[in-house]
Amino acid sequence: MTEASAPAPGLQRAGARLPIDEYTRRLWDRRWFVAAYSSASSGVGYERSFVGQAWQVLTPLLHIVVYYLIFGILLHTNRGVPNFIAFLSVGVFMFAFCTTSLTSGARAITGNIGLVRALQFPRAVLPLATTLVAFQRLIYSLFVLFPILLITGEPLSLRWLELIPVIILELMFCLGLAFAVARVAALIPDTTQVLPFVAQVWRYTSGVMYSLAVFSKGHSGLVLVLLEHNPAYMYLTLARHALLVGNPASLSLWLSATAWSVGTLAVSYLYFWRGEEKYGNV
Amino acid sequence: MSEVATESPAAEELAAVEPETAEPTVVVDDLHLTYRIVGRRRGGAPAALRRVLLREKSPGQRSVHAVKGVSFTAYRGEAIGLIGPNGSGKSTLLRAVAGLMAPSSGAVWTSGQASLLGVSAAMMGAMSGDQNIMLGCLAIGMTPEEIEKEYQSICDFADIGEFVHLPMSTYSSGMAARLRFAIAAARAPEILLIDEALATGDVKFRRRSQKRILELREEAGTVFLVSHGLNIIRQSCTRAIWLENGRIVLDGDVNDVVDAYEERHDPGDRDAESPQRKPRS
Repeated sequence: MTEASAPAPGLQRAGARLPIDEYTRRLWDRRWFVAAYSSASSGVGYERSFVGQAWQVLTPLLHIVVYYLIFGILLHTNRGVPNFIAFLSVGVFMFAFCTTSLTSGARAITGNIGLVRALQFPRAVLPLATTLVAFQRLIYSLFVLFPILLITGEPLSLRWLELIPVIILELMFCLGLAFAVARVAALIPDTTQVLPFVAQVWRYTSGVMYSLAVFSKGHSGLVLVLLEHNPAYMYLTLARHALLVGNPASLSLWLSATAWSVGTLAVSYLYFWRGEEKYGNV
Repeated sequence: MSEVATESPAAEELAAVEPETAEPTVVVDDLHLTYRIVGRRRGGAPAALRRVLLREKSPGQRSVHAVKGVSFTAYRGEAIGLIGPNGSGKSTLLRAVAGLMAPSSGAVWTSGQASLLGVSAAMMGAMSGDQNIMLGCLAIGMTPEEIEKEYQSICDFADIGEFVHLPMSTYSSGMAARLRFAIAAARAPEILLIDEALATGDVKFRRRSQKRILELREEAGTVFLVSHGLNIIRQSCTRAIWLENGRIVLDGDVNDVVDAYEERHDPGDRDAESPQRKPRS
């Protein structure tokens, strides 16, 4: 679009994209909208079921049962893992946050097009809200995770507090993911059809239900490098380090996880902001 | 916003604005707007796959050139009616003025934030009426304190009673329209864009919403009104723009433009009292 000067003093171009600092300030002004949208939409979809929002926790719990039966008992991916149920539970709950952010982020613009075409507000509000809904679900699932850990014999330890920075890093990464995929899905409607497969490949390469350290022994350099530089794998490893006995994490893992979080969020936020004017034309 | 059955405002009250002295609030400069629509393609999955493999152009996906080179300037104090048959680009033009859709070429300049008051405003069917009030008001930038103050008057204005706690998908179309209008009209913007809002609801609600629009007009700098009810345009506007096929046919004093429009589209039927009536095209 050409940047012509205003035809009369005091006029601004309608719908013009604000500079990034002003945009971010407007985004902060709508924090109540983000909060209200998150709490209202986290209950949507469960009204007609008997146990209601309990499904937010029951679904990953059932995933754990299914993965335990298939991978733990049938395929024996539990070798080399002392407390497989706890290992699996941390993996499933932490990874579910990534996939939920991804799939709901893709619908942030396309699923709210009525809102986008009716009201003027920083569009970044929408991916932010969908990610916070997924985040809220992660926090709920922690109330199920801690009892599982204690029952399966993990000792309660001060190291569990290290989960807090891990969750913050993963939240930043997922937020970035949601910004990026929201714009891509707005440009290419077919994205939502492809995403389940992306999520599936990602799940199987992130060591959710097996220990990458044990299983990657037979693989050569490049595969191992790719597997180990998967950010989801980093967050899972760090979370297991915090919660489970005998899962060491190096300083370099913390550093590269931080780099992924900060980098993804910064780049994706700018990428989303650059598309700001066009979201209503979808 | 109490319920008063007022008479419609007389056209004489609405003083015409002299362009020389007035300050412009909206300048639309050679605006073109094209958007993509993705329709259902013929032939099902095998045909679609063949199109992908052979790189054929899909017949269902096409772009609509909704606004084709529109230019005008609106001044403070004006109330402008947009008239034209269905699909003539009226609603798209309003969305461009509100900054909700980006122009393909040309530009729209405004003196402040324009806000669109439309019957299709954002509402979430699965959520209850009070949640929708909260969300809608927050989305237009009200603070929680402001909403708390306005909440009761929004409920009273929408007049939906106990239904406010039920999901909006259980509402009748009239109730949903009333609630949408009540939320959108809760705050007076600098430039007010009204899209068919008057055509919703029963007669009682139409009177009430017309009164509210009049109040908003006094607070707002400039008002645009899209309606198929030509009498409503005559009563509440000072100027009218007649759009057809994305282009301006006529722009000028409301009575002149509406007269010419009626001559073209509704000859012999000058009394279009019912706003539900759509002009034949």
